[in-house]
Amino acid sequence: MTNNATMHEHDVIVVGGGGAGLRAAIAAEEEGADVAIVTKLHPVRSHTGAAEGGINAALRDGDDPKDHAYDTMKGSDYLGDAPAIETLCETSPEETIQLEHWGMPFSREEDGRVSQRPFGGLSFPRTTYAGAETGHHLLHTMYEQVVKRGVTVYDEFYVMDLAVTDHPDPDERECHGCIAYNIKSGDLVGFKADGVILATGGDGQAFDHTTNAVANTGDGLAMAYRAGVPVEDPEFVQFHPTTLPSTGVLISEGVRGEGGILYNSEGERFLFERGYANNDGELASRDVVARAELTEVSEGRGVNDEYVDLDMRHLGEERIVDRLENILHLAEDFEGVDGLEEPMPVKPGQHYHMGGIETDENGETCVSGLYAAGECACVSVHGSNRLGGNALPELIVFGARAGYDAAGRDLGEARIDTGPGARSETETDLDTPVSPGALDGAEPDAVADGGALATNAEAVVEDELRRQRERVETLLERDGINHAEIRSDLQDAMTEFVNVFREKEGLQQALEAIRDCRERYQNVAVADPSRTFNTDLLHTIETRNLIDVAETITLGALARDEFRGAHWRKEHQERKDDEWLKHTMISWNGGDPEVFYTDVILEGEEKTYEPKIRSY
Amino acid sequence: MSTGITKPEEEEETESQAVGAARAAGESAYGQARMDESEIDAANEASQRRARRAVEDADRTVELKVFRYDPEVPEKEEPRFDSFTVPFAKGMTVLDALMWARDHYDSSLTFRHSCRQAVCGSDALFVDGKQRLGCKTQVADLADEGIPGEVRIEPLPHAEVVKDLVVDMEHFYDQMESVEPYFQDEDTPDGLNEQRQSRENREKIKMSTRCIWCGACMSSCNIAAGNNEYLGPAAINKAYRFAMDEREGEDLTEHRLNIIEQEHGVWRCQTQFSCTEVCPKDIPLTEHIQALKREAVKKNLKFW
Repeated sequence: MTNNATMHEHDVIVVGGGGAGLRAAIAAEEEGADVAIVTKLHPVRSHTGAAEGGINAALRDGDDPKDHAYDTMKGSDYLGDAPAIETLCETSPEETIQLEHWGMPFSREEDGRVSQRPFGGLSFPRTTYAGAETGHHLLHTMYEQVVKRGVTVYDEFYVMDLAVTDHPDPDERECHGCIAYNIKSGDLVGFKADGVILATGGDGQAFDHTTNAVANTGDGLAMAYRAGVPVEDPEFVQFHPTTLPSTGVLISEGVRGEGGILYNSEGERFLFERGYANNDGELASRDVVARAELTEVSEGRGVNDEYVDLDMRHLGEERIVDRLENILHLAEDFEGVDGLEEPMPVKPGQHYHMGGIETDENGETCVSGLYAAGECACVSVHGSNRLGGNALPELIVFGARAGYDAAGRDLGEARIDTGPGARSETETDLDTPVSPGALDGAEPDAVADGGALATNAEAVVEDELRRQRERVETLLERDGINHAEIRSDLQDAMTEFVNVFREKEGLQQALEAIRDCRERYQNVAVADPSRTFNTDLLHTIETRNLIDVAETITLGALARDEFRGAHWRKEHQERKDDEWLKHTMISWNGGDPEVFYTDVILEGEEKTYEPKIRSY
Repeated sequence: MSTGITKPEEEEETESQAVGAARAAGESAYGQARMDESEIDAANEASQRRARRAVEDADRTVELKVFRYDPEVPEKEEPRFDSFTVPFAKGMTVLDALMWARDHYDSSLTFRHSCRQAVCGSDALFVDGKQRLGCKTQVADLADEGIPGEVRIEPLPHAEVVKDLVVDMEHFYDQMESVEPYFQDEDTPDGLNEQRQSRENREKIKMSTRCIWCGACMSSCNIAAGNNEYLGPAAINKAYRFAMDEREGEDLTEHRLNIIEQEHGVWRCQTQFSCTEVCPKDIPLTEHIQALKREAVKKNLKFW
């Protein structure tokens, strides 16, 4: 949609047009709100479309949401919050069937019911799927509903920052809207709204080998962080065990769910033969499989010293074509391998960020009127490790809840407390080699702190609009360096030091590298002088967001001196429940980041989840 | 760093614990001023040197000839082609090559792209005279053997160029949305009961549901080029996807057939198969259009 006005007003603004954003918009519309989606891509371009495996939902006899909750809590390595996990598992069946009622083309059983298959870490085959392209169908089905309902979509509008009041305490701040750059026209526009829902997806571009799209630059997370919302458990990044080595393209866990086998260069089925996962083998949790693969490679049993082989030939052509056809195309197009004739090379790649913008189970952050849902958020259902098939239900369950809540439906009081006020303790002796956060004496960002000085909603948005306009003008007019090398160096440092295996010195080196990127970023400028479709400008701003994202991930990783879920520390090879049953929170704190902690909530509605040894 | 607005005073008054001791000790090394003009020039020259060295060191290189146009920039007002020499690496796609050129030579080189795996549909381009997804096109596949000496990259034909390789997609979206592209049956079962769908029926619509809205088909179609009102292959395929879905009732199917057999609907198609040839998801578009024609005839709907 094009519109020349510089200020738009809606009841609810959803930032991002992927699965969570679309579901939030539909929910807000159902609730009677005037809702609009503002997204830097057209909604059908969103990376939800690349999700392959499926949607976990306890739909069938013999299954129970309680079992789904138990599996999820175990998968999280006891760092998920029970109120969030139970909400997810209880609501996923109705949300999944809702998609069916909207016409989503699920795979089917002989009797015409939707198909489900086994997935890693699940005690029941409850992963509901549509071929190996579940996300594509989910995305398009929900976009169809958005079209049907006439929800306003501002596509190719890049949200640069939030309009938030400037109260010293983030818990007292209010969000009144956001500022977006109309990519096609080059105009900056303000969006005034009572509720803003961030649904900007992942931030995999902080790493150099990732299944994420080029557009997954953590914009929402960085914006919320700078507005004062804590980033929760940022150190927990999922590295998917089966990505194609040359591009990072994802090969679905569905391959292993259907019976695919991993071999090392010696032809060993190493997950069993080397004792990594004696019971579940290839279907152990993703973190377990990713570490096993890299251990094999580092001990000299990798294929070409780089990857392992994923073999699905024994499943037979008929079954592969029926259930995994998309995988054949991906392996052929992006690795030149025929999955029917030979094993597919795979290695771990950054895939998903468990951590994110801290929210309660209604999707709201500590800043009043500011919500987050989907991968950019941390509610927290995944804790330290997400189970396959749990991201898509998170999108629809918590997307819907954020949409309803922002539009005024009473979802009841949340059990999860948010914001700096919810802290249980503060980190005081983190050994950082350089200071993170804003640069001293530097020209501050437009968004160095909570935003505008005004308190009146309209003035808050107008102030922020003015700042963002200055920011754009400055970047366009001054001389400087290009952002691309800075981004590339940042990605390299993250992949070298903050990957699957982490140690203290490496994390400190990463902080230094990030600091160096931040310093160089002070000198960036946009060479393209055009106002028309200036992607140079867009990518330059994204790179700033990636620097902030990378720093929170690394700070969290340095702070957490234990081994839990996806977070492995060389010097700390144990899960330390006495000390670490708590969430890491990184707060921007006006440019001077602080680390604090909040307690994990293991008390469910009916029972308390007791941490057990997690073995598969 | 970009606006000159000074930092709020409150930061210094914040009592909460800061991370790292360096800042508290009045560290200033990290607050260095921006580079001066000569440092910026030197940094940019160093970047260019690195790009040149990468090209010199490469075993093989490929020459991109890329369409350039920007209505706002005087030297790009007149469409032209720019050449970029890019180091070739095994497995390199046309999109990879474009990104390399942008990141090393000219940051204003503009094209849409996102997922890099042929599912977002952003990067349909006109590569060596054919509509293709940049991310799904191996550079090496553009030569009979070895790698091509030159790859010509243009925006999709028959669409208005916004800038460089970016075309205006609004018309495409309008056509997609004009066929009521959403499931409409409200008569769904209660609660957790799903609608039943046979495997055969799911199979029948499967290919049609794979559309990624890239616009390659529309761009390849002579009829769509000459008739802006023609729905085009993608929109008709979307209509097929719902018309053939047994979960929607008979009345709706007839409603859908009425939409696609209108004056600018299925009967405009002259079965040239150009859409089917270029579809990156291998959707048998022409077959789907023909199937809808047959359904319309069966239902005795008028045709144009």
